[in-house]
Amino acid sequence: MNAGETIFVFVAGLLPLGYVAYVLGKRRALEARAGGAPIHSQPGQYGWFSVVSMALPALAVALVAAFADLLGLYQTPKPMILVASLLVAAAGLAVGLRAVRPDLRARNALDRLIRWILLLAALVSILTTLGIIVSILFEAVRFFQLVSFWDFVTGTDWAPDTAFISGAGREGEAAPQPLFGSVPLFAGTFMVTAIAMAVSLPIGLLSAIYMSEYASHGVRGMAKPTLEVLAGIPTVVYGFFAAITVSPFIVDVANSVGLDASYNNILAPGIVMGIMIIPFISSLSDDVINSIPQDLREGAYALGTTKSETIKHVLLPAALPGVISAFLLGVSRALGETMIVVMAAGLRPNLTLNPLEDMTTVTVRIVDALTGDQAFDSAETLAAFALGLVLFVVTLTLNLISTIMVRKFRAKYD
Amino acid sequence: MDLSQADSTRLRRRYRAEKRFKAYCIAALAMSVLFLVVFFADMISQGYPAFVQAEVRAEVTFSEQTMEIPPLSVPEAFRPLVSRGELRLLPEYARNNPTVMGTTETRWLLAKADIDQYLKGKDVNLPEDVRRTVDRLYEQGQLELNFNTYFFANGDSKLPELSGIFAALMGSVAVLALTLAFSFPIGVMTAIYLEEFARDNRFTQAIEVNINNLAAVPSILFGLLGLAVFINFFGVPRSSVLAGGLTLGLMTLPIIIISTRAALRAVPDPIRLGAFAMGCSRWQVVRDHVLPVSLPGILTGTIIGLAQAMGETAPLLIIGMIAYIPEAPSGIADAATVLPAQIYTWAGMPDRAYVERTAAGILLLLAVLISMNAIAVYLRKRFERRW
Repeated sequence: MNAGETIFVFVAGLLPLGYVAYVLGKRRALEARAGGAPIHSQPGQYGWFSVVSMALPALAVALVAAFADLLGLYQTPKPMILVASLLVAAAGLAVGLRAVRPDLRARNALDRLIRWILLLAALVSILTTLGIIVSILFEAVRFFQLVSFWDFVTGTDWAPDTAFISGAGREGEAAPQPLFGSVPLFAGTFMVTAIAMAVSLPIGLLSAIYMSEYASHGVRGMAKPTLEVLAGIPTVVYGFFAAITVSPFIVDVANSVGLDASYNNILAPGIVMGIMIIPFISSLSDDVINSIPQDLREGAYALGTTKSETIKHVLLPAALPGVISAFLLGVSRALGETMIVVMAAGLRPNLTLNPLEDMTTVTVRIVDALTGDQAFDSAETLAAFALGLVLFVVTLTLNLISTIMVRKFRAKYD
Repeated sequence: MDLSQADSTRLRRRYRAEKRFKAYCIAALAMSVLFLVVFFADMISQGYPAFVQAEVRAEVTFSEQTMEIPPLSVPEAFRPLVSRGELRLLPEYARNNPTVMGTTETRWLLAKADIDQYLKGKDVNLPEDVRRTVDRLYEQGQLELNFNTYFFANGDSKLPELSGIFAALMGSVAVLALTLAFSFPIGVMTAIYLEEFARDNRFTQAIEVNINNLAAVPSILFGLLGLAVFINFFGVPRSSVLAGGLTLGLMTLPIIIISTRAALRAVPDPIRLGAFAMGCSRWQVVRDHVLPVSLPGILTGTIIGLAQAMGETAPLLIIGMIAYIPEAPSGIADAATVLPAQIYTWAGMPDRAYVERTAAGILLLLAVLISMNAIAVYLRKRFERRW
């Protein structure tokens, strides 16, 4: 009996029991009312009360058994779990039905239960964060047992390709030591982020200024959704566009002015990533500029400033925390962006300042390590988790700073 | 006199600066629009040729011999033109329709990718005599570019002319269905808890901060989570619909929570107070009064979240959904591929004939995404209530 069949039998057993519980509970309540006693809640609620008192213990038994099984603590034969949980269900039903009396506050009990269920749902998102942290941290720690943290942070050579030899248990054979110096990867990530922000910050900010200060209502209504389209294009599509159209174009332009460019140059993914980030910058800046009180503008106009002077000397300084927060959010997007660089940037770790050369990034290397045919506990796969850990810490910090800055800005003007 | 002249030159300078600044702003916006135009023009021009496909009209002979050696079933002149994949299907056709045995019929057969690319004017490496045959047959109407049904009916294939998007589309539908089944109830329940039930204390604030951060975590990290937790710990099969659906579900969760909270917050308090005054319990207020009026907003947010999940690739690469998977999944434990993953796989193929299929796949993906967003906008416009 596999897991799917067990769940099926369990549910198939519980559903009719639930129906019986509902009918019996409701009937008991109705009988009590017919007997002349005023009942506290609606009859249906007594029905649901019996269903819950039947199903809850049964589910608890099944879940405990399933988890014990999964963690390898204790193996119980599946039919035994089924019989046990259905027996508990029947017992729960008996107890629940006995509890159905006219003065039982079934409605309040149900409300409390629903509150707990909703709380459990809310905990899923906390568990997700914990899951990300624990899973990445756990593997990253294993990686740092193999490779020293100092070498990882300061090494300038990333050559993990020989890691599979020790992974295959063939230690001591003549092969160069795998090197895990992450500096060139971070240099590539930094380069692509810098290019992306150099494209998206001016365009996004100026677009936002135009939409909030200059544009008529109609133009604004057209421009805003147009920019949103940029945010809706999947990153894999951007990646294809960068690799097939933008990269060759850059190579042609570079050749025509006598420069040498690689087809995997880091400039193409950088520019395309910048275009992808424009809507993030523009919509957040637009919100921020719009929420600056009108008094500030009118005060400036009363002093005789032109519109652009008002914007440059009054609005932008006032909006600065919000704009910085948009910038940081954009940076965090660019750092974690994967598909564009995987498809358009190179795989070669390269420490350079020339954007026409190929460079690789952290995310490219994560994908490369995890889509290969390496054993899961080889140093290269574990390295992917170490890189993921750095990525998580950096983006989390940026996001938190960004959130705090926006909150400060709102507190000032709201 | 001097003073006012100095003033007016300075004023003119200031007005010029004003015009310049406004021009910069317009240029910035125009650049985004220009990019969009170039982008869509490029994708359409690269992708539309894939909607037609070269087919050859040839006499097909069904006999014992051709059952054994399929290439013999077409005349020798046609052999370099017809797709190997198509020829391999002929014996199966004959087995399923025994009446055709021993007969000869004229059929349209799928041409090789090279022939197809040559007819579409692409640069391909074809021997001179084959080029001449192709040109002659094309003029005689024996070779035509017909609507490409293969692209919409087939799964992935190692032969570019046979490869199609169907399996990936079905995979996307299956994964998204699971994503929805997982993230919609939990997301809406979380939002109801935070907006309607929770007291404003430290714990609630922690959940809120956590959800906002989760929405900004790079998607690839969800892939690492899926790999470590679902696949390695819970033993969900790699590349399966279940692994993909759960991973994307966790990713979509914060989006659904945030938009549902906004929809719940838009419901004015007097509705709640009125229901409380009639003696409703908190759950009854939410179920019978708050949820029904906020449903359009919740659905809009959910569709937008799903559209985002539909275009997501990075986490799915990590959990192995880019393997060569030519079949549509038939269960949640089956290996599946999805539209963006298929696009990624084709984009990495060395054969040039895959480029137009990649672009066509992108057009299909964009069409699906645009329709999903259009539905969301329609829902919002149609059912939006101002209080």
